[in-house]
Amino acid sequence: MKDIHIKFRIGKSIFFQAFAILLSVSCVIPLVAILLYILDAGFKTIRTNGFQFLTNLPKPVGEAGGGIANALLGSIIIITVASVVAIPFGILCGIYLSENRKSRWAYWSRLCVDILQGVPSIVIGIVAYFWLVKPFGGFSAFSGSMALAIMMLPIVIRSTEETLKLLPDSLREAAYALGMPFHRVILKVIVPCGISGILSGVMLSVARIAGETAPLLFTAFGNPYVSMRLDKPMQSMPLLIFNYATSPYNDWHDLAWGASLVLLVWVLLLNILTKIIARRWKVQF
Amino acid sequence: MESAILRSVNYNAYFGDNHVCKDVNISIPKNEVVAVMGPSGCGKTTFLRGINRMHELIPNATAKGQIFLNDEDVMEMHPIFVRLKIGMVFQRPNPFPNLSIYDNVIAGYKLNGIKLPKAERDRIVEHSLTRVALWKEVKDSLNKKGSFLSGGQQQRLCIARAVAMEPEVLLFDEPTSALDPISTSTVEELFHELKKNYTLIIVTHNMQQAARVSDRTAFFYMGELVEFDDTKQMFTNPRDVRTQNYITGRFS
Amino acid sequence: METPSGNKGNRLKRSQRHIKFESFFRRLLSVVGLSMIVLVIGIMITLVVQSIPSLKASGAGYLWGKTWDPVADVYGAYPFLLGTLLTSFLALLISIPFSFGVAVVLGEYYPKGWLPDLLKNTVELIAAVPSVIYGFWGLAVLVPMVRTIEVKLGYEPIGMGIFSSSLILAVMVIPYAATLGRSLIQMVPSMLKEAAYSLGATRWEVVKSVIFPYTRSGLFAGVLLSLGRALGETMAVTMVIGNTSLIPKNIFSPGNTMASVIANEFTEADHPVYLSALIELGLVLFLVTVVINMAGKKLISGFTNE
Repeated sequence: MKDIHIKFRIGKSIFFQAFAILLSVSCVIPLVAILLYILDAGFKTIRTNGFQFLTNLPKPVGEAGGGIANALLGSIIIITVASVVAIPFGILCGIYLSENRKSRWAYWSRLCVDILQGVPSIVIGIVAYFWLVKPFGGFSAFSGSMALAIMMLPIVIRSTEETLKLLPDSLREAAYALGMPFHRVILKVIVPCGISGILSGVMLSVARIAGETAPLLFTAFGNPYVSMRLDKPMQSMPLLIFNYATSPYNDWHDLAWGASLVLLVWVLLLNILTKIIARRWKVQF
Repeated sequence: MESAILRSVNYNAYFGDNHVCKDVNISIPKNEVVAVMGPSGCGKTTFLRGINRMHELIPNATAKGQIFLNDEDVMEMHPIFVRLKIGMVFQRPNPFPNLSIYDNVIAGYKLNGIKLPKAERDRIVEHSLTRVALWKEVKDSLNKKGSFLSGGQQQRLCIARAVAMEPEVLLFDEPTSALDPISTSTVEELFHELKKNYTLIIVTHNMQQAARVSDRTAFFYMGELVEFDDTKQMFTNPRDVRTQNYITGRFS
Repeated sequence: METPSGNKGNRLKRSQRHIKFESFFRRLLSVVGLSMIVLVIGIMITLVVQSIPSLKASGAGYLWGKTWDPVADVYGAYPFLLGTLLTSFLALLISIPFSFGVAVVLGEYYPKGWLPDLLKNTVELIAAVPSVIYGFWGLAVLVPMVRTIEVKLGYEPIGMGIFSSSLILAVMVIPYAATLGRSLIQMVPSMLKEAAYSLGATRWEVVKSVIFPYTRSGLFAGVLLSLGRALGETMAVTMVIGNTSLIPKNIFSPGNTMASVIANEFTEADHPVYLSALIELGLVLFLVTVVINMAGKKLISGFTNE
């Protein structure tokens, strides 16, 4: 009787272990399904439109050979501008937080970074609209960049702070003892030693905003033509995918699949690159 | 004492409300090796870090009093100048992990943005590494990272880094406590060489080491400088009963 | 001295410049750090100020007003509150077993090895895929599938709706609770587990009666983080929820969440109160996610400090 009871418990244990494995492996299924589907649909688009679809402009419905050049270029411009603002600002803020671990202001600053990290992207879009679109009289690529910059900040800040916090104090002391001023200790010793962590945070933040759509809806707005002007509406990859995917035309759906494939490859490459950087550039102690 | 290079007058140091150095008055002569010893928590390291103003880097840490380097009060100077004139070597070897051996030696120049001609840099590197008896061992691997060296070599590299700045005083904070016995004796031998050009202040919790390497010894107890005297004198015939107790191991 | 005296002078001059720049740099850091506080307070103030016309027009009835009719200038947020709660909680309900499954497998059963590493990286990739791509895929693949289910169950075959959104959201939020849960489960002291094993507990009994109770607050924090993420998710939901301002009748009905209404109607809002009513939704969303995220962070820090 007792023997059976133990066997039952062991069986139950094995059952739950198998069940957990089953659950965790099945998480992968939707991701794989999405990847495969987009690979398939995306390559179909590339096959019918050729690789020119990367360099062509969108055509009116019914005309063959449309492309996504405006969105690709727009995304690159918007992300570059966002990065130029957010990366230095975020790294400096991360340094501030790691250098002032116990100060009360730093506590509030850190809390605000935490809050910012949880703010839904659509809310950032609203705020950017009131700060940078309405006062200047129209949608603009610049306002979109700033909305994305705000989304990047918490990721860059937290990864910088976490990385620098882990550096040993002895490093700082060695630098100070050589008569280095504070800013040189930070910029020439602390930051170079934490560069892998900081860079992977930066890459991650770029990957995150590359796919962000919601903050761009009321800021960069979208544009069917190639535009290089930061003060005018600009197209971006996720906006194009959203607009075309929700349109009723099959041609446009095809373009959206092609664009999805490009965006997906872009984002996944950034993510993989992040992992490689984190491992390769790590400074050994 | 004739030709004191470093002199402290009523030096007090605090961590918040905790009074760790109490009215320290000491006068350190040029080109000597001074050992600073005492039980842990006696304020010896705090005093050492006060000399080159490293103490104040710790949050909440404050200091009062005067420390004269050649009659100039370091407490009035900007810490950067102080640290250029007073080098420091730490308990654990801490070469910059992102720099090569070569760059580690001239880190004080390179990282401070001081541009030197290549020949001058080469000379400083060779000279400094020779002084710490490391040149022969590493001259063929100057471009390797400093963190690949053994512990003792790393510590000598850190000494070379301090020496390269041509300071007047070198501070050592328990420089051998993280090293094996053989590395320890190599570093100790260096002290005799280095004192020809510099004044050395060495904090150690190891009495034998103090007796072996120093010309003079300072004994700290509970934040006070109890006794400062010729090393032989102190170990054979201490004046204060607390020193005697410490030397004979009668502290609980 | 071995170094030429020119160097010493050079060095001192440079140091003087350093001293000036040092205090500038310190000030710069403080300004940057404090600007984060300004930024967040600014966001809050902007949302509140822009919501004032709507607050004046609808008052407190806004939250439980059942009609949202911009043509008649009537704004009640209840359909969207309900839509948001339904999609988010349904999504959580679906995703939690999977998240915890991943957390237990990677945290306890197989913490090392290339296969678990692969699983871990793949699960993290789920969070990396842009939400607009989830939305598009949902529209193309999931919605037709849901439609067939609806036909079988005898509901109106729309496909788009609360249920489709929940499914997409469930996939999207898996990594949040899973990654956190995994790292917390790995932190369970082996002492506790060994104590249970020595009493003859099976693996499952250890998981159930040692690991889960020990990490309970942390696992809950992971669920909260997933919830915060689900509440604010915009694009994927907007694309598959069907976009109607009517109160959803069942989980297959089309509806709208707070975020999806804003995304759909913001650029169309042609009079001030309408726009303001949308921003008030944003304000509610902001406050709710802040509270949920803060609660989650608090739980985590409480756990890791123990």
